[in-house]
Amino acid sequence: MAEVATNVSEQHTLEIRGLRAGVQTKEGRKEILKGVDLTIHTGEVHAIMGPNGSGKSTLAYTLAGHPKYEVDGGEVLLDGQDLLKMKPYERARAGLFLAMQYPVEVPGVSMTNFLRTAVTEVQGSAPSLRQWVEELSTEMKRLRMDPKFAQRSVNEGFSGGEKKRAEVLQMELLKPKFTIMDETDSGLDVDALRIVSEGVNHAKDVNHFGVMLITHYTRILRYIHPDFVHVFADGHFVRAGGPELADELEESGYDQYLPEGVSESAQA
Amino acid sequence: MAENKQALTADKPANERESADVEMGQYVFDRTRANDDKIEADEKILAEFGNGYNYGWHDSDAAGQAAKKGIDENVVREISADKHEPEWMLDLRLKGFQAFLEKPMPQWGVDLSGFDAQDFKYYVKPMDHQAKSWSDLPPDIKNTYDRLGIPEAEKQRLVAGVAAQYESEVIYNSIREELASQGVIFCDTDTAVQKYPDLVKKYFNTVVRYNDNKFAALNTAAWSGGSFVYVPKGVHVTIPLQAYFRINTENMGQFERTLIIADEGSYVHYVEGCTAPLYSTDSLHAAVVEIIVEPHARVRYTTVQNWSNNVYNLVTQRAYVKEGGTMEWVDGNIGSKASMKYPACILAGEYAKASTLSLSFAGSGQYQDTGAKMIHLAPHTSSTIVSKSISKGGGRSSYRGLVKIPKGAFDAHSSVSCDALLVDEFSRSDTYPHVDVREDEVTMSHEATVSKVSQDQLFYLQQRGIEEREAMGMIVRGFVEPISRELPMEYALELNRLVELQMEASVG
Repeated sequence: MAEVATNVSEQHTLEIRGLRAGVQTKEGRKEILKGVDLTIHTGEVHAIMGPNGSGKSTLAYTLAGHPKYEVDGGEVLLDGQDLLKMKPYERARAGLFLAMQYPVEVPGVSMTNFLRTAVTEVQGSAPSLRQWVEELSTEMKRLRMDPKFAQRSVNEGFSGGEKKRAEVLQMELLKPKFTIMDETDSGLDVDALRIVSEGVNHAKDVNHFGVMLITHYTRILRYIHPDFVHVFADGHFVRAGGPELADELEESGYDQYLPEGVSESAQA
Repeated sequence: MAENKQALTADKPANERESADVEMGQYVFDRTRANDDKIEADEKILAEFGNGYNYGWHDSDAAGQAAKKGIDENVVREISADKHEPEWMLDLRLKGFQAFLEKPMPQWGVDLSGFDAQDFKYYVKPMDHQAKSWSDLPPDIKNTYDRLGIPEAEKQRLVAGVAAQYESEVIYNSIREELASQGVIFCDTDTAVQKYPDLVKKYFNTVVRYNDNKFAALNTAAWSGGSFVYVPKGVHVTIPLQAYFRINTENMGQFERTLIIADEGSYVHYVEGCTAPLYSTDSLHAAVVEIIVEPHARVRYTTVQNWSNNVYNLVTQRAYVKEGGTMEWVDGNIGSKASMKYPACILAGEYAKASTLSLSFAGSGQYQDTGAKMIHLAPHTSSTIVSKSISKGGGRSSYRGLVKIPKGAFDAHSSVSCDALLVDEFSRSDTYPHVDVREDEVTMSHEATVSKVSQDQLFYLQQRGIEEREAMGMIVRGFVEPISRELPMEYALELNRLVELQMEASVG
């Protein structure tokens, strides 16, 4: 898989070691991540697959620093720097991007204002206006987004597909070192899935980032080809393999990875 | 409660009553007699309670220091005599004072239990004559206006006219010559009583009666300053007229009285800003604004109120809108300790239109009870209320509104939308909408939302590299955007800046 990374791009490494985390619930504290280990290099696509409720999204949010999730142990190193010691915006500036399953609405803040602010913060300086306008319009065209989109409020009133395209647009503009995609395929019809996937592939070709692709289904893997497939169940990785593992999961489901007596359908 | 006050006044010892009789000349003071110790003490208050408020300084204060507190009939007569008013105005003041005594304190809205009308100074005259130019002002007053950026705005021709009220008096008033030559009048209301008695007598006390409510009654008794605007038929004043209200002394009661008459087919935009120093005790701002919108005229009245957090802001604003006329209130309430303010429109003629856009910000220790009233008295009238409030740091904001459509006002349209934003877990927002519709053939809509700045919103923006404080600022600016986009550019920036200052005070 090492040949995926080209020599023109810098090499980066995201290492997750023994990560444990949980949340406070009404019934008390609940441990969700029970020792997660994973290493991703520039250019690699790692598909994380697993049953509902296994902690996949928790992993994504914990890596990005959502305050709801409390880390109990382990470390997450981006080129040796411990992300867990950083605030969410510092992690973003260090090069970590999370495409969310449910992008949040921010009324009254235009997409264009939001995008330019974000790019300025992540890159450390404001892009020149001309270059910015050009880049924005090119990327929006690529994602088949209406130019009027830029004037709308962040995610407000967006359809499911529009929200996901907006996430990919941000991924493209912010040029992260690592991208986590949290069920980006959920709620997309076939056409939208293709457009979004093409967008991700393009961003990856240009920016050579590493991808952690969290999904429940194999459908998106027909468009975004994984180098590795991991099975995540009950808060940790239980199996790893190549792309062929995805096909096997499509056939057999996740039941075999669940604790005794719990079936996938019962959990959902 | 009012009865008690009256009793107190009557029971005053004779020597105190005598002191109330001292000539008004005593209120004009040598401003060099500044009290340095007092300024120093106030700097400390500023440092302690300032909390991001940028307008909390005050000037040397001889006039205010010497002014006495409290109101009784003599004070009312003195104010009138000092202004050499005609008999009818004195009579009206006295009727207002009587109504003030008789009206009960409101038992709803903000907490007025600590309010005592005798705590305030009713007439502080900082200068003997209105200044002809900014440079005629005493240096520290001029300095205050410089810091507020008012002369600069005039110089840059961002405004078509300026009125600056300091304590009880309008100390500077100007209007562009080309407007004056078209017959536009823009002066302080005291001057108008002298120079345009017919116009004033015709309209004064017609939209807000002397006995409308307790504080309008108090204003009628003690009013001083405020703006008088008359726009002749068909004249469009395309650049705003600006008024700036400044309280300087401690325990000041500012009672400006504004009267705007837009004659047929005319247009005017009047903008007012307000600030005051921070003191440990309270001041009072009880203004009355009366607006007459003649047929097919349009008036926009914009307020960016940023009183310090020791000012009671109890204001009555009302417009009477005739056939085909349009009235627009844009009301930003950022400051004050407690505000009660419900800009109202009486849609008296067919096809009259009105809107109120209001924004209030209730920070720590603040209670903003604001809203709007729309009274539809004619067919085909329409009104829109958009109210937004932000509460943080334990502040409380309420929307209180009235839409009234009596029988006969058919084809009336009304829409009300209230959005409240809570920035933290312990602030409060309430909505008190009152709708009274007696006509079948109307359309009426009301929607209200309360939202919280969510952890998820903050996280989302932070995940895109934006710091928490800036993320919070973006969310709040976004919430305010529907109001700020209606303001002239420089006021929109000012509003955003004020909101940001308030937000910083909460984070820091």
